[in-house]
Amino acid sequence: MRTFHFSEGAFHHLPEEHEYESIRVSLPNRYYDPKIGADLYHRYLDEWLIADDLGLDIMVNEHHQTPTCVDPAAPLLLSILARQTKKARLLILGNPIANRNQPVRVAEEMAMIDVISRGRLECGFVRSVPYEVPAANSNPNRMNERMYEALDLIKAAWTHHDGPFSFEGRFFHHRCVNIWPRPFQQPHPPIWISSSSPGGARQVGAAGYVIATFHTGFDGTRTVFQNYRQGWAQAGRKGEVTDDRLAYSALVYVGDTDEEGRAGAQKLLWYLSHNKLPVHFKNPPGYNSLDANIKALRTGKVGTREAGFVPNLDDEIATGTVFCGNPDTVYKQIKTFYDHVGGFGHLLSMGQAGFLEHDETVKSLKLIAKELDPRLRELKVTRQAAE
Amino acid sequence: MSEAAAADRSVIAGSRLQLGDVELELHRGGRGPTLLFLHGGGGFDPAAPFVARLAENFDVVAPLHPGFGASSLPFWMESVDDFVHVQLELLKRLGLRDVTLVGASLGGWVAADLATKNTSRIRKVVLVSPVGIKVGPRDKLDIPDIFATSAEELLKLTSAEPEKRKPDYNKMSDEAVRIIARNRETMALVAWEPYMHNPKLRHRLRLIDRPTLILRGSHDRLVGQDYIDAYTKLIPGARCEIIENAGHSPQSEQPDEFCRRVAHFANS
Repeated sequence: MRTFHFSEGAFHHLPEEHEYESIRVSLPNRYYDPKIGADLYHRYLDEWLIADDLGLDIMVNEHHQTPTCVDPAAPLLLSILARQTKKARLLILGNPIANRNQPVRVAEEMAMIDVISRGRLECGFVRSVPYEVPAANSNPNRMNERMYEALDLIKAAWTHHDGPFSFEGRFFHHRCVNIWPRPFQQPHPPIWISSSSPGGARQVGAAGYVIATFHTGFDGTRTVFQNYRQGWAQAGRKGEVTDDRLAYSALVYVGDTDEEGRAGAQKLLWYLSHNKLPVHFKNPPGYNSLDANIKALRTGKVGTREAGFVPNLDDEIATGTVFCGNPDTVYKQIKTFYDHVGGFGHLLSMGQAGFLEHDETVKSLKLIAKELDPRLRELKVTRQAAE
Repeated sequence: MSEAAAADRSVIAGSRLQLGDVELELHRGGRGPTLLFLHGGGGFDPAAPFVARLAENFDVVAPLHPGFGASSLPFWMESVDDFVHVQLELLKRLGLRDVTLVGASLGGWVAADLATKNTSRIRKVVLVSPVGIKVGPRDKLDIPDIFATSAEELLKLTSAEPEKRKPDYNKMSDEAVRIIARNRETMALVAWEPYMHNPKLRHRLRLIDRPTLILRGSHDRLVGQDYIDAYTKLIPGARCEIIENAGHSPQSEQPDEFCRRVAHFANS
């Protein structure tokens, strides 16, 4: 298993929650102090560089109109890291291509990063969370179809090397595609897609891309991976699904002691508790299933976590959304999780969030690299738990 | 008139009609000249009081737009323009003539667009709180953003008496709630961007060559009077009437007055 250091790059100096209606989409940017923001960008980049020095991999992501992730253009951060890092695999998870109307431009950006990094790009694509839709002004209907069509065009742009080709799809049209540069990795960088639904997971499995699931816990993750395997098999793909096709993201903090690990993780919980959103941003029509909408209309609620939700660390550890403690404790937590879900090859470790300071973040990173990562790399699938 | 005949007149029969690759939910009933009713984003309820009232004076034909109610939605469809072509085909298929075309809200957009394209089967046009044009400044939405508004707030924008009109989804069947959810999906599909309008429509409204009445509820805070005045000016010879104590759906909040206005206009 490989470990990717991931931070959403939050601007965490926020007003009290009761002072705003929504943390995403509509929170005025007067609350953003660019001087503090500049320091934060430099700090988060430093942490990724340290992760690289320590032999860990790197993940960046993208959200819009929100202080929870001030990275509305992930390729920009990634392009800095492509130049400044030496060894790390560089995962972007991902490009919100259902919300971007020029897939060919995305293919160009990713090819550039792959070349600058000399072939270290892990190229992720996402359908996007619902509250990205208002920010992108993007239609919440048919997003999955747009994402897959855009991906087809991007793959074609990466792999055509004999001059222009044309693409006339349902959503995207381009009559003269001939990108420069082409990717460093051949035929193209590894493709990842995030999905947490059974149908979505089967679709990713059928395509054979790497699937990543976030904070889905023990049983949710097992279901996602089982559906991935089903999709893989039903599409007639050869052999077993290997660990390197499967990724899981959790909040991770490693300390010298369990107490220190828990204290760090407690700070990471900021990420879970700061997600106040009105229903109309969580549930744009067409994004969620009709069944989910029937429930939403009847209960007035969407999702399980409401505004004002105060996460409890023990509960989050028990559900598998947080791994924390001393290195041995964290290894055992991850091993238990790994066995339960049937194995996975990529830990997307959210190692920084909220008020977790730089020194604290780096301390955990060093322990992860020195004490945890070598043992995780040896993890091999023991599949009987999942089958 | 016998009781049976009276009952017969109030019956609006539902059916399905295949038009190309769309299966359309269609309701029809009543006696008199033909009235094609095009519903708004909330869909169409054949049991609504205004429908029976209209059927006393008209042969009411009420199709559900693709993606609304039980009407299918082919993957290639995504716009009001697609809906317009379905309705044009419907007029032809049913052989309807001298039709009073009535469209409400989103249906008003469909009706207005249709009337810019082909009025050969249309006699008169009634637009009820229609959307579909952009006339205000570019830094302000002409129609408040229904997709960024809570359900409670939306009810206040659209209803003269919001408390009376609060739906109780727990008392409805799963199927009824499913249709409401699906209607919302399709509304977003066609009205998301550009929001609630086709930039070209305002330039085409001058092509409407049939007498046109525009109705607006006095308490409609979704479609404002300035917007309706602009709409009225853009259609040659059109006039606007206000229905008091009604919001965005005067046909629902003041069904008697609504039907009286429509019948008066159609017969004048």
